[in-house]
Amino acid sequence: MSDFISNFWHLYVAGITLVSILACLLLLWFSGKAKAMTANDNTTGHVWDGDLREMNNPLPRWWVGLFVITIIFGLIYLAMYPGAGSFAGQFGWSSAGQYNAEMAKGNAAVAPRYARFLDMPAQEVSKDPQAGAIGDRLFMNHCAQCHGSDARGSKGFPNLADADWLYGGTPDAIKTTLVQGRAGHMPPMAAAVGTPEDVRNVAHYVLSLSKGPHDALRAALGKTKFGACAACHGLDGKGNTAMGAPNLTDDVWLHGWGENAIVNIINNGKLNQMPAQADKLTEGQIHVLAAYVWGLSNNAGAGAAVGPAK
Amino acid sequence: MSTPEARSSRSVLPIQPVPAEDEGEGDRTSLYQAHQKIYPRSVQGVFAQWRWGMVAITQLVFYGLPWLEWGQRQAVLFDLGARRFYIFGLVLYPQDFIYLTALLVISALSLFLFTAVAGRLWCGFACPQTVYSEIFLWIERRFEGDRSARMRLDASPLSVNKILRKGGKQIAWIMLSLWTGLSFVGYFTPIRELTNAILSLGLGPWEIFWVLFYSFATYGNAGFMREQVCKYMCPYARFQSAMFDRDTLIVTYDQGRGEPRGARSKKADPKVQGLGACVDCTLCVQVCPTGIDIRQGLQYECIGCGACVDVCDTVMDKVGYARGLIKFSTQNAMEGGWNWAQTVRRIFRPRVWVYSAVLWAIILAVGLSLWSRDPFRVDIVRDRATMARWVAGGHIENVYRLQLMNAAEQNLYFQWQVDGLPGLRLVTESLVDVGATESRWVSVRLQVPDGAAPAGSHPIHFRFTARLPHGELAGQSSEKTVFLIPR
Repeated sequence: MSDFISNFWHLYVAGITLVSILACLLLLWFSGKAKAMTANDNTTGHVWDGDLREMNNPLPRWWVGLFVITIIFGLIYLAMYPGAGSFAGQFGWSSAGQYNAEMAKGNAAVAPRYARFLDMPAQEVSKDPQAGAIGDRLFMNHCAQCHGSDARGSKGFPNLADADWLYGGTPDAIKTTLVQGRAGHMPPMAAAVGTPEDVRNVAHYVLSLSKGPHDALRAALGKTKFGACAACHGLDGKGNTAMGAPNLTDDVWLHGWGENAIVNIINNGKLNQMPAQADKLTEGQIHVLAAYVWGLSNNAGAGAAVGPAK
Repeated sequence: MSTPEARSSRSVLPIQPVPAEDEGEGDRTSLYQAHQKIYPRSVQGVFAQWRWGMVAITQLVFYGLPWLEWGQRQAVLFDLGARRFYIFGLVLYPQDFIYLTALLVISALSLFLFTAVAGRLWCGFACPQTVYSEIFLWIERRFEGDRSARMRLDASPLSVNKILRKGGKQIAWIMLSLWTGLSFVGYFTPIRELTNAILSLGLGPWEIFWVLFYSFATYGNAGFMREQVCKYMCPYARFQSAMFDRDTLIVTYDQGRGEPRGARSKKADPKVQGLGACVDCTLCVQVCPTGIDIRQGLQYECIGCGACVDVCDTVMDKVGYARGLIKFSTQNAMEGGWNWAQTVRRIFRPRVWVYSAVLWAIILAVGLSLWSRDPFRVDIVRDRATMARWVAGGHIENVYRLQLMNAAEQNLYFQWQVDGLPGLRLVTESLVDVGATESRWVSVRLQVPDGAAPAGSHPIHFRFTARLPHGELAGQSSEKTVFLIPR
């Protein structure tokens, strides 16, 4: 697809490029014909400031040859590669095409390394030191941007090294998360809960579930309004991994801790998205990565604390 | 202050074509010049000896250095793939790039100093272009003879003799070029592996490319381009002339003593014949590698090699005149008729002292910094997205990634502590070993209790201790970073 919005600019750029090259050739032609006036003392006869004379220093002829070679190279290059406007060139080269070709080549080159792991269950892969080193590098390149280099996340980005899982912590669930991505959606619930005072009471009830600091009276009042939340988080508030509803009874606070943070979430809701990785990673890479992430919370002693030697 | 008319008339220098000083119409010549091959005549003398000495030293270092071993590895090796640069006992990381900068600054200042003292000393004696041209010329002379023989050979029709001589020279040139290319690549790929790879035809594509590229550059520049490189390509040649002054030693022809030049009878007194000391043998022109006539004064082509000085001295000895008709001297010395001691005293002018002082200061500073360098280095990198987080118990946690770089050739054990905030503590382990010349990433978590400090960025310090396998201290360092407390 052309980058130019109208055909004019394509022709304009191509025209300027070709005319400039041909102008260089013309300049060479004329300068080869032209003669400079030289006096007998090998100066051009020009005098500045009364006594500053200009010596005649002709360029070497081989330099003209080099210039002609450059022009020929330029024309061949423009015929073969994109450069003259939107003309794609005989080779049909593009930077995106080269990237894809190199990625395909690279993936094909490392495929044998992954083949061994694809036949192994994730639990076993997570204990393999080579897979661990690969997993660590994949994690650094694709996951650490959000989940942190130690996989412990931050506000809005889940901790992957604890036992708390929004969508389930089996290797298959992790793999599904990686392949398809996840979109956790908490709708604004203020209207369903009731008055602002009710919302505050529910917040205290939620705090009481994890035995955080709360007002017992408000919590008791809030419990009666919790029905609006139970549809997703369950009557006991332990959440639902089928739809990614967080467990409210543990001490994990993905979107902030304390009364104000909870009130804010009830009032405004939250859409939290994990992007799908299927297009970016190969099947083997996803398998190794899923095993690595599973291992973070299931293999005691192993973890992201110490990366591989480089 | 002035009218526009007055200003413009002052800022424009009028160009006025004037007839040449000599009579005659003047010619109209092409803007381009056909290459005229130069056949430098061989020369013996003090400066030729100096030059050959420099050729020997520089090439012994260049060809020899890759073959030296240091422990289990090549003594000087720039391993671009692994990003480790070995120089004898020193292991440098890309993070040590500042030393390359220092080397370049030292080189530049040395060039300033040498140029201020004695003009294009570098060009005439140490520049690779001169050094390789000299070696290639020596080979050419072995096959084709000296100047006049070479000129005759070039003018002669094709014959078996000509093919053998020219072909032999080309083969010798190409062999030497290939060896030069191989030695160059030997600084980046271990040269013993490289030579073995050649024998087993197992060279990689980039190694082949660079060996051939460097060989071709050597062959083309030293065999064919020669003075053309100095005249038309080299930027140093141009700006070195700007560093000359009237107290710079340059190759000069003593015009007062030499002129009027001319052939003469040995028996008669030249003064009676009305002649100067120059016998007009034109040997100074014949030996010149750039093909100029030094008797026309200093020209931009002159690379200060002193070949004309050497040959003129031998001629002066032969005809029984005093040496030094062509010599290294300064413009002021020539005008004032100073002797050598006076000239030298003037050469050590403030400019030279300043260059020398700055040069030595930098050399000392770099030497000191290399000598007192820790055999390790630590970079602290904060996660970009994960600024800070609350963890169970109301603690605030920050995460850091440490790059522990071991520049020693044995294992190092790194240990660290942190300080800078009340209650600041390490949650992760703080003892990690790193293999010889390896680097390793370690992620570290720090926590403070809630309310330990107000929200914002707080400077903290990591204190590192590195120990050798037997427990001896290898070095200590302290790195600054920040701890973020969210609002």
